[in-house]
Amino acid sequence: MTGLAILIPAALALGLLGLGAFFWALRNGQFDDPDGSAARILIDEEDI
Amino acid sequence: MSAQPRPDVAPLRTVLAVPGMHCAGCMSKVERGLSTLPGVSGARVNLSARTVTVAHGDRVEERDLVDALAVLGFEAQPRRDELAPNLSAVKPLLAPFAVAGFAAMNVMLLSVSIWSGADGATRSLFHWISAAIAIPAVAYAGRPFFASAWRVLRHGRTNMDVPISIGVLIATGLSFYETAVGGEHAWFDGVLMLLTFLLAGRVLDAMMRDKARAGVDALIRQAAQGATVVAADGTLAWRKADELAAGMVMRVAAGERLAADGEIVAGQSRFDQSLLTGESAPIALHRGDAALAGTLNLDAPVDVRVSHAGQDTTLAEIARLMEASTQSRSRYVRIADRASRLYAPAVHTLAAVSVIGWLIAGASLYEALVIGVAVLIITCPCALGLAVPVAQVVASGALMRAGLMVKDGSALERLATIDRALLDKTGTLTLGRLTPDPAALDAVPPTEAGIALALASHSRHPLSRALAGALAARGVRAASLWGVEERPGEGVFAHHDDGAVALRRPEQATGTAVVLDIDGAPARLIVCSDRLRPDAAEALAGLRALGVECSILSGDNIAAVAEVARETGLTAQASATPADKQAAIARLRASGHHVLMVGDGLNDGPALAAADASIAPGTASDVGLQASDLVFVQDSLIALPRAVRASRATMRIVRQNFALAILYNIFAVPLAIAGLVTPLIAALAMSISSLIVVGNSLRLARIAR
Repeated sequence: MTGLAILIPAALALGLLGLGAFFWALRNGQFDDPDGSAARILIDEEDI
Repeated sequence: MSAQPRPDVAPLRTVLAVPGMHCAGCMSKVERGLSTLPGVSGARVNLSARTVTVAHGDRVEERDLVDALAVLGFEAQPRRDELAPNLSAVKPLLAPFAVAGFAAMNVMLLSVSIWSGADGATRSLFHWISAAIAIPAVAYAGRPFFASAWRVLRHGRTNMDVPISIGVLIATGLSFYETAVGGEHAWFDGVLMLLTFLLAGRVLDAMMRDKARAGVDALIRQAAQGATVVAADGTLAWRKADELAAGMVMRVAAGERLAADGEIVAGQSRFDQSLLTGESAPIALHRGDAALAGTLNLDAPVDVRVSHAGQDTTLAEIARLMEASTQSRSRYVRIADRASRLYAPAVHTLAAVSVIGWLIAGASLYEALVIGVAVLIITCPCALGLAVPVAQVVASGALMRAGLMVKDGSALERLATIDRALLDKTGTLTLGRLTPDPAALDAVPPTEAGIALALASHSRHPLSRALAGALAARGVRAASLWGVEERPGEGVFAHHDDGAVALRRPEQATGTAVVLDIDGAPARLIVCSDRLRPDAAEALAGLRALGVECSILSGDNIAAVAEVARETGLTAQASATPADKQAAIARLRASGHHVLMVGDGLNDGPALAAADASIAPGTASDVGLQASDLVFVQDSLIALPRAVRASRATMRIVRQNFALAILYNIFAVPLAIAGLVTPLIAALAMSISSLIVVGNSLRLARIAR
């Protein structure tokens, strides 16, 4: 049972980490242009 | 990858709509092409919105950017509302969805251990942790539902969000009480799962609307965003449409649209008024005649003294008519809300009856309340909340891939009921643009065609551009010319080898045509006319097969309408003003018909807004695009029967989903009333019914084929 004291906070922390990462992505504008991001990987980056 | 804009280098930003971009190649072409311009420090494409944001210095004009894109082969328009924030329906829902999902997963993890037999202090601890996660999560993620429920309750109405909110709040409250007294069952997992599923439905619904709206926004052109104004001392200056005022003199070149109403003070030309009146034949206007905003100058440059600008033009009159007619549409109640009008009272009565029944049977108040909550949770419209949005999202996605954009979720519901269709002529049944007679082009030998293409490509006149487009599409190569000269109102004159060649207007202007004059060869008359859209006959037959009777409702003159009516075999009403069109629709609706309006012009705006459902082609005017429910981007009219068929299939699936949800309730509610439902059973029942509804809706993915 003492394992729970570590496991539950660990599970919650990992979950919160994911949630935090999602919010960061949302604020950072990563969901502004889903179609463009999908297409952008196909552009060859020459020296611009 | 990290092409972040650098505001310190480039103080100015311009947003241009570029509807023609659709792949990675287009993106890199546009971004690199614009970045190499002098004064431009960066360009970033947003493919979802079909826009490009250009960061540039103050010496770069909007028109330079548009011209640069035209050289790259992309048509572009500046966005008037570039500074307004892009209102997305998805964004405010993403955060609640993420929170609900996170909380649901963690609480479910704890619940599974409770269901596997944890008890005593462990169960109590788990319940407390669940409560600590769930209560803030419900308060945050439930806000979209609570706000919407409160909005309608204040006006004494109800919608789907009312039973959802009541169920969620009561279940959360009771679970907290259970936790506090160390009870056996807490329902936090069920509540959060419910919110997650429902938010998933809402997010999908919003995504679909955002996508369609972005597509339509990109199509919206600024027909005439300004005019070249001649000052008293003869200098010319470009003024934006909202800077024009009565008394100014605009110089309108051939091929330009008028930005304001006015009176011609110098020159004479022919004008295409089709966008405004539906009249397809150009009308000749001379000095002293009135010309209307939105009309296209065809032949020669003219000077026009502005009489009405901005909100005083004929356009504003049409806008007022539209405002009046949109009210009938807003009274439409969506099917999900109609269902909840029956559903919510039934469910709430059932829960109350169970509580009273158990009290009479001798249970304690606490036991009776737990059973009441179980009934509320098990009947909470999880599947119902998904039934409509998921079906509509899948159908809209399928339609979008087929070139049909659904602007509004309720559009498919309204479209499914129609039994009568009214079609505008110019631009709707026909392509709305002049195309040279194919037979006349066939008769032109290749060398002469090459000369014609070279001549036509030197002019921006609408007829020249139509001719150049048609010849280029036939694979004609332009011949080399020298001494090219365009004389306004006359044509393009040049020399090829040693002979004089010309593309000019015919001596007597009968209809719309150009004459190709080549030294040593007979003059050729190439007639240009507006043609029926491809597949028109097939599309109309398709609509008839669906039980939709079609007729033409046009603002054009009787002769022109009669010709199209003969070709298509439809009855027709000609010379209809915008108010006439609106009245025709009101008459049909009063006699019990559900009317579909298909139109494109400004003059169709009021009719599009008044009809039960409306469709516009992608080439329609801004007003047409904004007033319509669906927009089809291809030339073919086959989109019409396809849209009607898809909408009816969608409603069939929605009704099946409702039936499935009711079937589920028939099994689950007696169990809940009998007091046999535990949180475990509730969680299972909810997930299974939701999955079934989603699975059934996915069958719509192939609907638009």
